[in-house]
Amino acid sequence: MTDPTLEAPASDAELSSTAPSSVTRIEPAAAADTDPSPQTDSARDLLFGDLWTYAPAPESTAACRYESRYGHFIDNAFVPGRDYFPSVNPATEEVLCEVPTADRRIVNRAVEAARRAFPRWSALPGRERGKYLYRIGRILQEKAREIAILETLDNGKPIKETRDVDLPLAAAHFLYHAGWADKLEYAFPGVTPRPIGVAGQIIPWNFPLLMAAWKIAPALACGNTVVLKPAETTPLSAMKLAEILLEADLPPGVVNFVHGAGKTGAALAEHPDVDKVAFTGSTEVGKILQRQLAGSTKRLTLELGGKGANIVFEDAALDQAIEGVIQGIYFNQGHVCCAGSRLLVQESIAATFLDKLRRRVATLRVGDPLDKNTDLGAIHSKEQLTKIRKLVEGGRREGASMHQLACDLPKKGFFFAPTYFTDVSQSHRIAQEEIFGPVLAVQTFRTPQEAIEKANNTPYGLSAGVWTDKGSKLFATARALDAGVVWGNTFNRFDPGSPFGGFKESGFGREGGRHGLLAYLETT
Amino acid sequence: MSTYSLPHVPAVDQVAAEMRAKSFTTRSIKTTAKARALAIVTSMIDLTTLEGSDTPDKVRRLCRKGLQPLVGSDVPPVAAICVYPTMVATAKEELAGSKVKVAAVATAFPSGQSFLDIRLAEVRDTVDAGADEIDMVINRGAFLAGDYARVYDEIADVKEACGHAHLKVILETGEIGPLDQVRKASQIAIDAGADFIKTSTGKIGSAATMPVTLVMLEAIRDEYLRTGRFVGMKPAGGIRTAKQAWHYLAMVKETLGDAWLTPDLFRIGASSLLNDVLKQWRKLETGCYQSDDYFSKD
Repeated sequence: MTDPTLEAPASDAELSSTAPSSVTRIEPAAAADTDPSPQTDSARDLLFGDLWTYAPAPESTAACRYESRYGHFIDNAFVPGRDYFPSVNPATEEVLCEVPTADRRIVNRAVEAARRAFPRWSALPGRERGKYLYRIGRILQEKAREIAILETLDNGKPIKETRDVDLPLAAAHFLYHAGWADKLEYAFPGVTPRPIGVAGQIIPWNFPLLMAAWKIAPALACGNTVVLKPAETTPLSAMKLAEILLEADLPPGVVNFVHGAGKTGAALAEHPDVDKVAFTGSTEVGKILQRQLAGSTKRLTLELGGKGANIVFEDAALDQAIEGVIQGIYFNQGHVCCAGSRLLVQESIAATFLDKLRRRVATLRVGDPLDKNTDLGAIHSKEQLTKIRKLVEGGRREGASMHQLACDLPKKGFFFAPTYFTDVSQSHRIAQEEIFGPVLAVQTFRTPQEAIEKANNTPYGLSAGVWTDKGSKLFATARALDAGVVWGNTFNRFDPGSPFGGFKESGFGREGGRHGLLAYLETT
Repeated sequence: MSTYSLPHVPAVDQVAAEMRAKSFTTRSIKTTAKARALAIVTSMIDLTTLEGSDTPDKVRRLCRKGLQPLVGSDVPPVAAICVYPTMVATAKEELAGSKVKVAAVATAFPSGQSFLDIRLAEVRDTVDAGADEIDMVINRGAFLAGDYARVYDEIADVKEACGHAHLKVILETGEIGPLDQVRKASQIAIDAGADFIKTSTGKIGSAATMPVTLVMLEAIRDEYLRTGRFVGMKPAGGIRTAKQAWHYLAMVKETLGDAWLTPDLFRIGASSLLNDVLKQWRKLETGCYQSDDYFSKD
């Protein structure tokens, strides 16, 4: 490690002597001991104290059933393997279950199963495939509570998100694509779309079940068969999904799961009988995959990293824009590729807006992901926590001012308090690199042109948010942004009918909507 | 006539405000938090009867219920009894010696469609009769016609007529349109001297909602941060269950903070809410829900 900014965190004293950075602790109850009566101008603030506190409201895990050991899932059977590795609950560091590592032999077996299943599956009338998808979606809805809890255990994200976002959206993806299965020829007039064949799919840990749904549902609707590798740190919900596929009576080999890390993913991607590779993950790995597949006839779609900007104009509905900014960066602890990890705020309202941001951050609740009142759960892994800490230290060293919620973090598990930086320059690493954590970089702008220029000035191009009360400004700005998804006066809203994907180093290909079908169809 | 002109008020995005308001309904209020919420909510209730059929006896019964909502328990008294002006003297007499206030709706409630001098006279007479608090309605006609100065002047006149009595200004949000308008009307009422701003009369179909209340709380918050002045908030109408009430409480807690978690600055106008709170109270004590017949229907 030669880059000095990547060294371990320095002490506060060390920092203050080397950099002009400041650290502000955001105290929810700064004036807790004082009487909340009219104060002087300078001391006036809101007091988010403990006059009435929310008692712990943990979701019970009694309804959850999971094995301590799972195999790969091939030809509708759980197949034991070798080199078992654990999946850990990031909130407690306890081992939940263990799964084996798929080597080339296992990957080959899975691909062969998918290949064998392909002729019959692709020859099924669309409405029959649709029935299976519909059934899977319905079973997911029925088991939503149990799987939401498991997802929270395995991933660390708060139960309110798995319950209200991950599970409903995953089911919605299956139900939505059930509807497309028998209407594909109407989706692309003038051509007769055909399935591609066997799809090798590799998904990340930040939305384990939802990403599986995003990948599997369109592939099956279009008549393809699937070998999917869940992230090595979040295999659990994929195994529950495998059980659901069995319950739905999906024919053997149509969907197969193999476990493992990068090596398994590489073996899957380069398997000669895989016709299509779909990857969601880091830009770094996406680049490796693209090199790996160069010269092959395989189809490839990539959903990679991002450094999305929320642009807040002076005429925006500021209180609602604050909600969008909070939602943009602290949703899922910032482990979101389309996170609004940069805030570009018009200079004329910057002071007001940052006051609002500080007060809003003061009300965030960090802690036990199973508690229904938790806003930010656990950082997904020790590695991720280390990476976030390093980038945050880098931000301080480069001179940005850090603001962090002063809160008690659980002793066990991986946690990071919600943080934002002001005095950020475009050249700072925290403004350029994807942190993938609850860390926001705040910059100001003077004109719409400057906002657009700054928003586009990263290698990424996945998401952006525009906040203004003026429709014409919203549309003009959205058109000028190099981002696959631009939200107007909202953020991080997803729908199976709306295509999702990136520009530039955020990848290519779209998932969801009519556009998403193209990734799984031959239309020539 | 004053020369009041409406200051710049922030835009409100309806969709996003509704999403934010909804987020408070997912706060899970359990065990100790629930017990405390029930006590706080009870102490914030403006127990209300506003019927043409109200009689002195009916008002006296309501007063006794407000003073002692649940016999043999620690349930605190409500904040106030809210009645029509003609019932103020009766309520005052029944509540004598207690801390429970008498609130009265005045200014040609609920429509406000009468002559200003008559409305002001009504306020003065009601205060003379012993009302501690006056709940007035704004002139929605003037507001919708864009005559903000008139709305302001009338509130300021009522405030003056109130004397020592506290003034709650009812915006009747169901009649003034989208949330942008709610924010405007809130600002006018605050500027004109309202001690409280209140959502609704309860006499039209659309009463208090969480998004409307959120926008009004934000107006109150910004006024406090700008001037240091504390303005109270009263959602009224449509809040019938304890669960709804603690969702509002969570919204106050997370929007304005601890200083507003007091009957001095937050009230809930309701009639049927109290019995549901009592039912929840008994549930916490005994572990099971009791039949409605175990709670007095005064």
